[in-house]
Amino acid sequence: MSENGSSASVGQDFEKKLDESDKSIASFNVKATSPFERIQHVLHNNPTLVPVIVLMLSLVVFGLIAGGKFFSAFNLSLILQQVSIIGILAAAQSLIIITAGIDLSVAAIMVLMSVVMGNLAVFMGVPTVLALFVGMAGGVGAGLMNGWFITRIKLPPFITTLGTWSIFYALLLWLSGAQSIRGQDIDTNAPFLKFFGESFNIGGARITLSAILMILVFLALWYMLNKTAWGRHVYAIGDDKEAAELSGIRTDRTLLSVYGLAGFICALGGWASIGRVGSISPQSFYEGNLDSITAVVIGGISLFGGRGSIMGALFGALIVGVFRSGLRLSGVDVLWQVFAIGWLIIIAVAIDQWIRRVSA
Amino acid sequence: MNTPVVQARGIVKRYGHVTAIDSSDFELRPGEILAVIGDNGAGKSSIVKAICGATIPDAGEILIEGKPVKFSSPIEAREMGIEIVYQNLALSPALSIADNMFTGRELRKKGFLGNVLRMLDKPAMEKFAREKLTELGLMTVQSIKQPVETLSGGQRQGVAVARAAAFATKFIIMDEPTAALGVKESRKVLELIKDVRAKGIPIILISHNMPHVFEVADRIHIHRLGKRLCTIDPKDYTMSDAVAFMTGAKEPPAKDLA
Repeated sequence: MSENGSSASVGQDFEKKLDESDKSIASFNVKATSPFERIQHVLHNNPTLVPVIVLMLSLVVFGLIAGGKFFSAFNLSLILQQVSIIGILAAAQSLIIITAGIDLSVAAIMVLMSVVMGNLAVFMGVPTVLALFVGMAGGVGAGLMNGWFITRIKLPPFITTLGTWSIFYALLLWLSGAQSIRGQDIDTNAPFLKFFGESFNIGGARITLSAILMILVFLALWYMLNKTAWGRHVYAIGDDKEAAELSGIRTDRTLLSVYGLAGFICALGGWASIGRVGSISPQSFYEGNLDSITAVVIGGISLFGGRGSIMGALFGALIVGVFRSGLRLSGVDVLWQVFAIGWLIIIAVAIDQWIRRVSA
Repeated sequence: MNTPVVQARGIVKRYGHVTAIDSSDFELRPGEILAVIGDNGAGKSSIVKAICGATIPDAGEILIEGKPVKFSSPIEAREMGIEIVYQNLALSPALSIADNMFTGRELRKKGFLGNVLRMLDKPAMEKFAREKLTELGLMTVQSIKQPVETLSGGQRQGVAVARAAAFATKFIIMDEPTAALGVKESRKVLELIKDVRAKGIPIILISHNMPHVFEVADRIHIHRLGKRLCTIDPKDYTMSDAVAFMTGAKEPPAKDLA
């Protein structure tokens, strides 16, 4: 049993037959047999393709049904404006879902920080820039608090953020006294809080700065996730945390940074929401947590982590906006909008499961 | 004359009342494949884990190339050029082959793009990954960007071995590299292991598979009851002898005793 010869004669007795067998073991090309499988492979490699196709199709369909009312530059820019806040929350949510987590507290962080900024700048006479800074830092802090429970105490993200959702919500009711801060008070004391409500017109379209902010947030995150080592680590952790750890990623530190960044984006959304809503209301965006998850899921980002592109969440948010607007302009009752969104979620997850089954 | 690559003396590791490593020694020589065998629970994984920092021994000393070391994590061992191929591979299925080869040690672009914008140098990483896979005869077609999950078990193991071979400067630890593979794929991986040795990198091979061990190993470290029982030359003994030493059915000759 001491063969160290050339490869042809090496091996155990029972392996002799192998010489006759196919030697092309290390070829990496994938042979998709049916067109169905080929589609599966294409979608597997380009996870944003599904939401893009759905978005295009829904634009065409609602354009045909509702006609010019729907397809006007004004209405399309209105959709963009309407989805901007949920879109920003969805960006934060995507980051966390890519790590195989979930964050039920995103909207609570957002509204809490808008209340903090408003209280400081409007009622306490703090310079607006300083109030904004405190709000942003608070968002990071709230995110890090989630991250700390998840990485240090090893609590599941779902339970952690279910808890902090209530905690942040209670805090925001306390800080606001369950009262809204009126638009006029903001205008007289701290107009800069409404900065993202500013808009400009291009050929009938009314573009608000909050929509621009949303797109910038997505572009920045896309860059970070795809072009930096940090982003690759975020995906690796969502894919298989143990494997990521073994291949030398400091997973807890990366996760903490993800939650901190998500908290920051939520606070940014809080600032933008003041301009979008025109006032600061503790009751606003109560369903924002679930709406952000809806956008992420419809955008083809897998709830099991590690898969999907951040841009998917932007398209997901836009799909929801297009459905809402299209159905409304077609004269359909609001309850059917909700009905349609429900189906979209289920179909999106079913497609995700199907794509994940791809294997060589 | 030749300093051993790894020399461990009197390693002890206890878990409560259980002594996993009972004052064991260990030695890896330059350029060799050292197989570590032992019955289930003999502590062969424990001793190897102690060497790479995955567990911290309660007593004993570890010398790497003659210098004492104390690792607190496998990441520290990796920084010294010690690579580990895990049984469960430690690859991220959805990431590409190139991404996987560089996880945790990515290359960044030079200048502003890399230093400030932290941009990865993907072309350089892909080129390097392709070279390393070709070097080990693993690469016949392009797609280095293919996600690892679309590869077969043997190909994945190939990527893991290539990653270890590309970055190891001291030695590589392989934990049951053929355990999950079929006959044909095991063959490919065994050839890979020999290719890595041919590059001059010593290997610690933990395996249950006696034919594989006897085929590739230069020396066999037999672990029994938490310590090194003996180290044998596979040319002097049969597989049944090795199994007999391992289980205590037979006493190893005095010259080989630890």
